[in-house]
Amino acid sequence: MTNPTEAEAGLARRNESIASFEQQITLLSRLQHALHSNPALVPLIVLVLSIVVFGALLGGKFFSSFALTLILQQVAIVGIVGAAQSLVILTAGIDLSVGAIMVLSSVVMGQFTFRLGMPPAVAIACGLVLGTFIGFVNGWLIARVKLPPFIVTLGVWQIALASNFLYSGNETIRAQEIETQAPLLQFFGQSFSVAGAVFTYGVIAFIAIVLVLAYVLRHTAWGRHVYAVGDDAEAAKLAGVNTRAVLISVYMLSGLICAFAGWVLIGRIGSVSPTSGQTANIESITAVVIGGISLFGGRGSIMGMLFGALIVGVFSLGLRLLGADAQWTYLLIGVLIIAAVAVDQWIRKVSA
Amino acid sequence: MKKLLMGTALSLAVMSSAAMAQDAVSACLITKTDTNPFFVKMKEGAEAKAQELGVTLKSFAGKIDGDHETQVAAIETCIADGAKGILIAASDTSAIVQSVQKARDAGLLVIALDTPLNPVDAADATFATDNFIAGELIGKWAAGKLGAEAANAKIAMLDLAVSQPSVDVLRDQGFLSGFGIELGDSNKWGDESDPRIVGHDVTAGNEEGGRKAMENLLAKDPMINVVYTINEPSAAGAYEALKSFGRENDVTIVSVDGGCPGVANVKDGVIGATSQQYPLQMAALGVEAIKAWADSGTKPTPTEGKDFFDTGVKLVTDQPVDGVDSVDTTEGANLCWG
Repeated sequence: MTNPTEAEAGLARRNESIASFEQQITLLSRLQHALHSNPALVPLIVLVLSIVVFGALLGGKFFSSFALTLILQQVAIVGIVGAAQSLVILTAGIDLSVGAIMVLSSVVMGQFTFRLGMPPAVAIACGLVLGTFIGFVNGWLIARVKLPPFIVTLGVWQIALASNFLYSGNETIRAQEIETQAPLLQFFGQSFSVAGAVFTYGVIAFIAIVLVLAYVLRHTAWGRHVYAVGDDAEAAKLAGVNTRAVLISVYMLSGLICAFAGWVLIGRIGSVSPTSGQTANIESITAVVIGGISLFGGRGSIMGMLFGALIVGVFSLGLRLLGADAQWTYLLIGVLIIAAVAVDQWIRKVSA
Repeated sequence: MKKLLMGTALSLAVMSSAAMAQDAVSACLITKTDTNPFFVKMKEGAEAKAQELGVTLKSFAGKIDGDHETQVAAIETCIADGAKGILIAASDTSAIVQSVQKARDAGLLVIALDTPLNPVDAADATFATDNFIAGELIGKWAAGKLGAEAANAKIAMLDLAVSQPSVDVLRDQGFLSGFGIELGDSNKWGDESDPRIVGHDVTAGNEEGGRKAMENLLAKDPMINVVYTINEPSAAGAYEALKSFGRENDVTIVSVDGGCPGVANVKDGVIGATSQQYPLQMAALGVEAIKAWADSGTKPTPTEGKDFFDTGVKLVTDQPVDGVDSVDTTEGANLCWG
């Protein structure tokens, strides 16, 4: 029997660490981890920085509650469509038809009221149903027929856009007519102001949609399933998720939100114009990507999209106020998109 | 039996040659899009005239404004089809020149409608609105309406696109020159130094873009009191922005086009004045020219003093100003398109 004190001394000398890989916990890798667990952090930082920079350059002209809420008004439409786009992209899909669904629904709301003489509320309901139905077609083709989302929505985009022009006969319904005969169509154009800050109902709707979706995605089974399907559809299926139903419901909800955006659009531009929203699909994808939602699906948060849309809005208004050529806005947004995807790739490399 | 067959064959031959004779004059109309009411009206005008003259008309259009490839394919189709002439509203006025030359080499008469090619003589003839004059008319009208206040005007310029297509530049520079503002290089907008110009922004020619551009410029200077717009949909969008700022009653909006909704907006006081152009006329004259080319080989001659055939423009307003010819909205509504 050895001397217990000697044994204790031996114990004290032993190397307690277990076999491990050499790993340096640097500041950088901590940041990487933080960003991995909070995907909306990068766009939030960029947003705050860009507001600070433009605020410093432009002073009160930009850094006023008026100008900042103006940005909200300007991004509301793209933001609502972006919410729909986020849902789809979270399932590792893409929806190119969002803008076309929006404008077709708004045309249906307008023309059903003015051409068919329906009460505006019924016409709006028809528009919403139509949007949901187009979303269902998208979802059904993708989930049941197994066609790639890019191809399906590319086709539906063209079909919806052509139907829009054919049905509307390229006719604009003027704001003045809507105002006197069907003001309900312009509901989301109304606004109220709080200490210089102007909020349209459209802006409120935009923020409400994002908040509700953020909650649903995080705290409901359906929301978790959306992430699961996007992350690994096969694994989700094995875990008992009805992936088809989830996919179809995502595209239907996306269609519904786009149709709703069509209603908000009438409020914003006053009139029903079949030429609106032609670039909404690209703009919504831009907001989603800058917002840090991964195009590979399953990762990102809808709050990120909100920040992404606002970043684009801050840059376009800020640069215009600085008197820069509008072309610079596109150039910088291009840089932001690539930077966002590069950061996304880097975060993906995080060691779990 | 043999005779019968022969007879049938003969009559078939006669029929087909008759059909060929009917096909003899065929023409193509290639527009930027078939969604813009302007081009829809243009197509209507061309179709009506073609039917009247017994010309077979085939129509093509790009998918969106700026869709160059589809227009090139359309020209190639027309050459292969044996058409006598092409009417084209080019999306890319420089790039299309090579394809146009191919068509002319193949003996087709090529007429540029609405948008001159770059260079202008790349087409056999151009039937278009004088967009500089269209801009100048609304510029003079706006200056006249403001009177002495024109010296302190704050002007917002709502243009079409950053690529500055020729129609965009001509209308913009025409307006500024009509208003009495010194131009920089008249081949582009945005280089003027007059402090009365608050800024230029682009609208894509629709309501959405018009509203956003107007908001941007109002954020820059909320006291803007004159708004130039590239077309009437962007003017309608600008009006919505002004309304949200509570400024709709003390700002003068001017525009170009003369579409029916635009004229109705002039009547309602949304737009102060608009320069009306005549797409139907352009197309009808174009079809006539192709028919003449097919029949007698004569080419149309340009308006004196210009390098294109001017299809005319009129100022539509209910508030006439001394020294600027105009028609009222009732007449404007009779002549409007779309």
